[in-house]
Amino acid sequence: MAVSLREYRARIRSVESTKKITRAMELIAASRIIKAQQRAQQAAPYARELTRAVSALVTYAHVDHPLTTEPESPDRAAILIVTSDRGLAGAYSSSVLKEGERLAERLRGEGKEVVTYLTGRKGEAYYRFRGRPVADSWSGFSDQPRYENAREIGETLINAFTAEKGQPEQVDEVHLVYTQFRSMLVQEPHDVRMLPLEVVESEERPSKDEVLPLYEFEPSAEEVLNALLPKYVQSRIFFALLQASASELAARQKAMKSATDNAEELIKKYTRIANQARQAGITQEISEIVGGVNALADATAASE
Amino acid sequence: MAKTMQVSLVAADREVWSGEATVVNCRTLAGEIGILADHTPVMSVLAPGQVDVRTVDDGHWVAAVDGGFISVADNHVRLLCEFAEMAHESDFEEAKRLMEERKAASEGED
Repeated sequence: MAVSLREYRARIRSVESTKKITRAMELIAASRIIKAQQRAQQAAPYARELTRAVSALVTYAHVDHPLTTEPESPDRAAILIVTSDRGLAGAYSSSVLKEGERLAERLRGEGKEVVTYLTGRKGEAYYRFRGRPVADSWSGFSDQPRYENAREIGETLINAFTAEKGQPEQVDEVHLVYTQFRSMLVQEPHDVRMLPLEVVESEERPSKDEVLPLYEFEPSAEEVLNALLPKYVQSRIFFALLQASASELAARQKAMKSATDNAEELIKKYTRIANQARQAGITQEISEIVGGVNALADATAASE
Repeated sequence: MAKTMQVSLVAADREVWSGEATVVNCRTLAGEIGILADHTPVMSVLAPGQVDVRTVDDGHWVAAVDGGFISVADNHVRLLCEFAEMAHESDFEEAKRLMEERKAASEGED
């Protein structure tokens, strides 16, 4: 009995140290979420102004641009899946990957060939393990994405989209799968078609009496649009990366919180079992002593 | 006192500066442009270079931008760029070091 008591004590100690680790991770994730949300807020003015400019251009200039034209017979679609670099975030990566699978299935159903782009080491590992081809992948920034990352990804995707028909990397549409941050408790995987750009509607429509100003474009509307649209795409990717990072941290905090709770539960359970074992040991020892004394007393009584 | 206008300089990941100003000078692809209050609505592409702003009460600042856009409407000038840095916030030594680093990296690639 004494051996198993020692075993239980060792187990309690190991669960306690696990609990310390998960608790620390929970607190770290919680403090990082605030930073991630601040970053998202700081990036908002740029996205808002860019959206305004694009709406003004599209409304007034009526120019066709390769990034907004629908290809005639789309048969290749690219998917960018935003996953995390590190695990211990519950179902975060697997649910966004699942969403990606669903989207790929749907696109294949429409007769399109699917090309996969990934960000995050978890996604890379998932695809490598299954031996599936990945067109390109980026990692190392999932918990604090920088604009440079979004720019690099955007350039690659725009190049693939604008490539001539017949080139190996050419695609007809680009989809983006990422996790939307709704609140600290709710994050859901979400997919959007990013390219060709759909007619851009500014989120906050100007009120009826306020008319969009009649801009002059310098050097020309086309050139402004040429420069503006890629930036717009990159800013949307940046937004998605920021949302994904906030979601990842929230998911990690949630996962670590329940891990800590579970550890506490386990410690309680083991402590009870250990106490029982100790008590059983004591009871046995007492009955052995009593039994021994009785036997001795019987022996001496018999000899006398 | 000269008429003023609202100016905001916005980088991709933060708002760098916003406030009242009297004159904005910057370089666009079509050439240098100077903007005073009540300018006609204009939208243009910025060339990499500097943005020069005279603020109210004779203040003055210069920022480096890597390109981007300028849009002027309703007496509000918006300068959008991916990366922007104010002259008085930037660190010359740090910038020089970064430049050398990048140079070395790009030479290494060739």
